[in-house]
Amino acid sequence: MSDNNTQQQGKAVQTTGHAWDGDLQEFNNPLPRWWIWTFYATIIFSLGYWIIYPTWPYANTFTKGVGNTITFQNSAGEEVTTHWNTRSLLIEDMQTGEEALKQKAYLEKVNAASYEEILSDPDMMAFANSMAKVVFADNCAACHGPGGDLPEQAFGLYPNVADDAWLWGGTTTEIEQTITHGRNGFMPAFGKSLNDEKLEQLANYVLGLSGHSVETDKAAAGQKIFQGQEGGCYYCHGTDGTGLKSQGAANLTDAVWTVANVPGAVKEEGKVAAVKSVIKNGITRQMPQWKSRLGVEQIKLLTLYVHELGGGE
Amino acid sequence: MKFRFAHESIEINAGLLIGLTLLVISIGGLVEIVPLFYIDETIEEVEGVRPYTPLEQAGRDIYVREGCYTCHSQMIRPFRDELLRYGHYSLAAESQYDHPFQWGSKRTGPDLARVGEKYSNEWHVQHLEAPRSVVPESIMPNYPWLSETALNTSDIEGKLRALKMVGVPYSDTDEEYQANVERFGEEAAKMLDIHSAEKNLIAQAQAGNYDGDRSNLTEMDAMVAYLQLLGTLVDFSKYDEGYFAEFR
Repeated sequence: MSDNNTQQQGKAVQTTGHAWDGDLQEFNNPLPRWWIWTFYATIIFSLGYWIIYPTWPYANTFTKGVGNTITFQNSAGEEVTTHWNTRSLLIEDMQTGEEALKQKAYLEKVNAASYEEILSDPDMMAFANSMAKVVFADNCAACHGPGGDLPEQAFGLYPNVADDAWLWGGTTTEIEQTITHGRNGFMPAFGKSLNDEKLEQLANYVLGLSGHSVETDKAAAGQKIFQGQEGGCYYCHGTDGTGLKSQGAANLTDAVWTVANVPGAVKEEGKVAAVKSVIKNGITRQMPQWKSRLGVEQIKLLTLYVHELGGGE
Repeated sequence: MKFRFAHESIEINAGLLIGLTLLVISIGGLVEIVPLFYIDETIEEVEGVRPYTPLEQAGRDIYVREGCYTCHSQMIRPFRDELLRYGHYSLAAESQYDHPFQWGSKRTGPDLARVGEKYSNEWHVQHLEAPRSVVPESIMPNYPWLSETALNTSDIEGKLRALKMVGVPYSDTDEEYQANVERFGEEAAKMLDIHSAEKNLIAQAQAGNYDGDRSNLTEMDAMVAYLQLLGTLVDFSKYDEGYFAEFR
């Protein structure tokens, strides 16, 4: 085999014996020692892994792993011991994991305490805020915005929950009700029953309620429609226009606009047009229920968080 | 000649190299693939999972067409953090009628395995048309054409037939229909009848009004119908957590 040797840095190195273009040869170096030993180590590791973890299938089952079990409690309170698997590992982690236990201790306290008790306990509120912030970001922020206030371009799509105007009520009981069961916001479209002139009059009256300067004769005519059977607006918004929380009807006398983009309109005509469009087209908004997705404690924490975000009642 | 094992003898013998390569691959294949045909308890027995209705299937096809899977997985793993963020981990049973499944392993956007009924239909429409109008930091592209493109309903029957060929129990004959009534209930079985696929698709879109516009049937209707179904079929409150671990 002396033909297959060549010189590299003074040492003889084996080549594969191939030669191209007369003298182009290919070294046949052995694999580096560290590589070989790492390779053998992985083989030994796998032998250990095969013994300890579920691995090899046979017949219609598989090797379950030796001396590697997980014990957890099922919902009946019985201890269940099973071979190692990720699903049992999760149950165990949720039941006895360090972080889960820390959280559980707080959640049990939250569950037992009333809203008033939690609100007056700084330690509990600190926990409520830190956990609810994450739950809010994961579930609520998609509609209500990361801080409960909407991005500017989403104005009117969803209610701002960081202000102190509450469509469905701002007490802890009402907020909890809203989150648990969801809400269906509905205002009928008046585009068919009222002509453009009447819509204009109505819009003037509604804007006047919150102190905007409006054309008084139109507003007076609008008031008749609002308070009379023709519009019937008073039925939900009240004769004084302050709204009705059981229907999710907005208070029209404050400076907060939840659907009509009045703040975004510079001129009076724009404001009238914005209000008119809402009366004409109506509103259909839905907030999903969260009781099947979030736990009782999570809803309670969210309620507190939202209550504190805006001026809760 | 004294026998001495040298890898070289395999490398320079093409026939031997092919033979031994096949042997190694077969062992891997046998160990990883074959048990799946015999270990029948890998798919959990749960109530509620059914094949997609024609409208949902049409939506799913749009989901695949638009490449949603390149950024969104549909696989919640059994970890505490995923449980807290997304809900119960995904079950094999939940994607048993998916061809192809949309599990994925790369999340540029959030996992969608349980996005169904999380947001309102209006939110989905708004978000698909202009994601940044509701989630300012989103990098998801706009999909405005979904609301503008009429949904092609003429090919739905063929699609269901194709899925039936790979094992999804859409019904063609009366017998198959009766079997579906027993398995999924009458209401669902009607939706799985291939012969009334197009009629069912249109009826569900009309009744559900997913895109908020009853006057026309668009791709948005199908897409939202599909998204609103994701992860909602199994009622997890019915099961002890330990039950699912028994299938592992």
